Amino acid sequence: MNSVAFIIIAIFTLAAALATATLQKLMHAALSFAVAFVGIAAFFFLLGAEFVGLVQIFVYIGAVAVLIVFTILLTRRDVEKDRGFNWSGVVVAIAVFGGLILAILKTQSLSGAALETPALTVKFIGEVLMTSYVWPLQCVGLLLTAALIGALILVMEEKR
Amino acid sequence: MTPTLQLFLVVSAALFCIGLLAALSRRHAIFILIGIEMMLAAANLNFIAFWRFSPEAHQPTGVMVAIFSIAIAAAEAAVGLALVISVYRHYRTTNVDQLDQLKG
Repeated sequence: MNSVAFIIIAIFTLAAALATATLQKLMHAALSFAVAFVGIAAFFFLLGAEFVGLVQIFVYIGAVAVLIVFTILLTRRDVEKDRGFNWSGVVVAIAVFGGLILAILKTQSLSGAALETPALTVKFIGEVLMTSYVWPLQCVGLLLTAALIGALILVMEEKR
Repeated sequence: MTPTLQLFLVVSAALFCIGLLAALSRRHAIFILIGIEMMLAAANLNFIAFWRFSPEAHQPTGVMVAIFSIAIAAAEAAVGLALVISVYRHYRTTNVDQLDQLKG
């Protein structure tokens, strides 16, 4: 693993995520959300999980980001900008970050280097998904169907 | 120097806290959802990092959990955004401070 690539991706991802959390213009924040998720997918590529990185790009950039942009456009008569920032959230977030960092740095067994890159082909993932993970796969399919029907029912116009 | 597991966990913790910041301090309902998505993505990053640095990396458990977690996050985003649109139809606003009809 390359440390230069790690530092570049980390700065890129965290800057985009911070822009998502703080930018006032809703559309700019939604687009920097997409950029932050490209950075997370790059982390997955760096860690050798190429399939998960591709799934992340397809699902988040292809579907969720587009859905969020559409929702902002459908509800934009309300507010073009997000006014009023709750500063107590900053305090809570910094406190949680401090606690997590303390826990990570205090744990001794986390400082080991990576072993050799495991060969994780898409063929292997497909075989495992269809053999030992077939029940979780079916449950996720059922969940996605239920979520699709639920979302349709929620946005359906009520007939009076 | 190659990045260790600790560095990935620090980045993931930072991402989680930025998501928490977005979920707690934003007033717009869509951005609360985006904050939750970001926290889920930080958890996914942890799954993949622990899988990559574990001695049994030939077993794809972490990758599988991350894939299922992405699918569940997509379902959550679809239902959440449908809720936002539904709330907007009723109240003509998506500002969560103005949605206080159930307040005691």
